[in-house]
Order: sequence, then C-alpha cells, then structure tokens
Amino acid sequence: MRTIEEYLPQHPFFAGLDNSVAALVSGCARNVHFRPGEFLFHEGDAADRFFVVRHGRVSLEVRAPAGPAVVVDVVQDDDVVGWSWLVPPHRWMFDARSTDQTSAIVFDAVCLRDKAATDPVVGYALLQRVVTVMADRVQSARVRLVDLYGAPA
Amino acid sequence: MTALAGHGPDADSGRGPHDAPVDPFLPRPFVVRLHRQDTRDTFTLVLEPVDGAPLDFAAGQFTMMQAFGVGEAPISISGDPAHPERLEHTIRDVGSVTHALVRSAPGTLLGIRGPFGTGWDVASGRGGDVVFVAGGIGLAPLRPAVLDVCRERDAYGRVLLLYGARTPEDILFGDDLRRWGAEHGIDVEVTVDNGQHAWRGRVGLVTQLIARGGFDATNTLALVCGPEVMMRYAAAALAERGVPRDRLRLSMERNMKCGVGLCGHCQLRELFVCVDGPVLTFDVLAPLMSRAEV
Repeated sequence: MRTIEEYLPQHPFFAGLDNSVAALVSGCARNVHFRPGEFLFHEGDAADRFFVVRHGRVSLEVRAPAGPAVVVDVVQDDDVVGWSWLVPPHRWMFDARSTDQTSAIVFDAVCLRDKAATDPVVGYALLQRVVTVMADRVQSARVRLVDLYGAPA
Repeated sequence: MTALAGHGPDADSGRGPHDAPVDPFLPRPFVVRLHRQDTRDTFTLVLEPVDGAPLDFAAGQFTMMQAFGVGEAPISISGDPAHPERLEHTIRDVGSVTHALVRSAPGTLLGIRGPFGTGWDVASGRGGDVVFVAGGIGLAPLRPAVLDVCRERDAYGRVLLLYGARTPEDILFGDDLRRWGAEHGIDVEVTVDNGQHAWRGRVGLVTQLIARGGFDATNTLALVCGPEVMMRYAAAALAERGVPRDRLRLSMERNMKCGVGLCGHCQLRELFVCVDGPVLTFDVLAPLMSRAEV
C-alpha cells in the first residue's frame, strides 16, 4: 500500500495543492481501519475529522425513531467522507458506518480548520475541494428527490 | 425516413419468414406460456406464436402488444435474440393496457405487431469496451443486447453494466445480474435511490458509477436506457468521460401507436421514434433532450 505522502497528491481531492499546503494536510493525516459495522462517526457528534476511503465501503445513515436506519448515500474507494468539519456548527449530520472491511485516511480537521481560518490560501484551497464534494452530494440528493423510477404521473 | 420500412424480419422484401406478406397493422396471435412477477409492479411474459413462425428481432426493438378488447401498448423485447421462437416482454403495470397484459395468465392469447424500430447494434462495439447504463425498467430493453454480448464475450473488451433502481426490491433480473458477473466477466454495479439498513450495496445515482467506471472511453460503445431525465444525466456523464457522441446510444420512449411512422404520435421534432428510434445516438438527441415540448 502506498504511503499517505504518495497517495494524497494523486487523489483528485488533493491534486493541485501547493506543496506547503499538501505537506500541512499530510501532516494532519493517519491511516485507520474499520471492521464491518463499525462507525466512523455519529450524528450530532463534533465534526473534528474527515476521511478519504482507500478501500472498502461506508454508508451514511439517518437513524429512524423506529425500525432500521435509512441509508442516504454510500461511499467507497477514493471517496471523501465528511464536510461538516468545515461548516458551523461543526456537528455530523449523519452516522457513517463501515459496511465492509474499510481502510481510510483520517484527517485532523481542527488543525486544518484553524489553519484555514488564518491563511486564506489554505482556506480557499480546502473550501474549493469540500464544495465539490458537497455539490456532488446535493446533485445526487436532488435527482433522487425527483423519484425518477417511481410510478409515472 | 420511409414509412413502412425498417421493421419486421424481412423489411426489404416486405415478406415474413414464411414468405407471407407482412401487414404491419395486423396483429399476430401469441399465446402466453409463462407469467413471472419480477418486482412489485413489473412482470415478464414469455409468449409463443400460435402459427409457430418465430419472431426474429434485433436487441432494442419493440413490439405493439395488444390485450384484445382493451388496447395496445409499445413494449420493448426483453428476451434473447438467439431464441426468436420465444418472445419475452417485461412489462410495468402502469395503465389500463399494461394492467391487462400483466394479468394475462398462461394460455391467454395476445396480439403482437412488429418488431419495430432500430436496435442497439451492439456488434458495432466489437473490439472495444461496452458500457450499459440502465435505470429502473430500462434494464429490460438492454437485456437482449447484454445477452448478445455474453454470447460473444471474447469479441469485446471490458464490459460494464451500471444499473440504478429505486429500492433493492425494485431490482430487475437479479439472477441474470449475478450470472452475467460470475460467468461472463461483466462488471455489474448496482445502486439504489433508497436503501435500508440491510442493503449492503451502493446507494446513490447511477451516473456516479460512470465517473469511477474503468473503461477506455474513446473506444467504448455506451448503451443507455431508463427514464429520460436519468438518460440525459447519464449521457452527459459518458460524454464528459470521453465517449464519442455517435457511440453513445439511448432508447427513447414516446407514445408509439402505429409503429411504422405514419400516425405521428411519437414525433420528436423531425423524428418518428417508432422508425427512426427508439435507439438513437446522442449526437442526434442531445439538442432535443434539453428542450421542453419537442
């Protein structure tokens, strides 16, 4: 498996970062592993980190008052998990649960957030990338809201 | 465009497989041999011609199916082109005619006109990669093309089938999907719009699978079938990946009636979907799909 320093520059989320920003991001990262059923984070908890899935699968879920959780999205290899760390009040909106054996890189979001607040170059670079993730999720949610495969009107 | 041309087993001569003249308006009687419920609202009928003459068809074509005394509806053929003696249709129960069709028990007589329209021409993808993108019941018209590929699997490179359904319970042809993956080396990826806790597969848009699919875009034939909005997004994503627009084919659904380009019910600006389509290339469709009321 490639090291974090080897992996990150080739990942679309981090591609094009200045060397100094890339070094900062790498310095806030470490490898983590999750067994099937293990949670990456829980709804309402402090969003103080985010993840890049290297291998495996993670479902984003909403707990229902009764019955099983509803899966709203599934992310897998090379996907980014979590953008609440950059948006106040910095609380997770969903549960994230590993459904397969999952290897990921976890980033210390507090460290990056503090740096982004004081350095606009870092802040803009990170915001640009997180907005792309958010846009994908919003687009996916909107189109699914149309219920394309539902009964014709 | 030529009315009364391009349909049926022997369109050039206007004669059928047994040298009888073909009247495209005259339904042939078929008997339902098998009735299968695929999902909550979708059923497959296997029919055999009463006169014994097989109904040759190309993958992607449709027939006009008639429930006698109720009406007629255009339905894509979902069966195997290599077995024309066995006509297979997968039908969603959405209206009075389709309701009558899906309630047809074995032994029921139905009328069939056609086959009509253009096919997928999947053979033109030999030597390259093939990507099937299906949404909902759109997998049914693609199934004959997938079966064509399975039969000559070595003639193609990577083959991907990206399928989106509403829920896990709405997934069509589950056994086929597993077999195509296990026995024919097709990379099958399924995603659903709404997943429950027990669903261990992917949740999200089928278009999201396109971006991550490993295929050689410039040497790919892409065949897309599903709701029109889904096809628009899927085609845009495939074109963005680099699939040439003339190698990107979509199956359009319109209100086909006559099936031979006369009545105009299925008109799409200058096209009649029943004869110019239903399978059309994205370079032709792109300007039409983004406009309302064309």
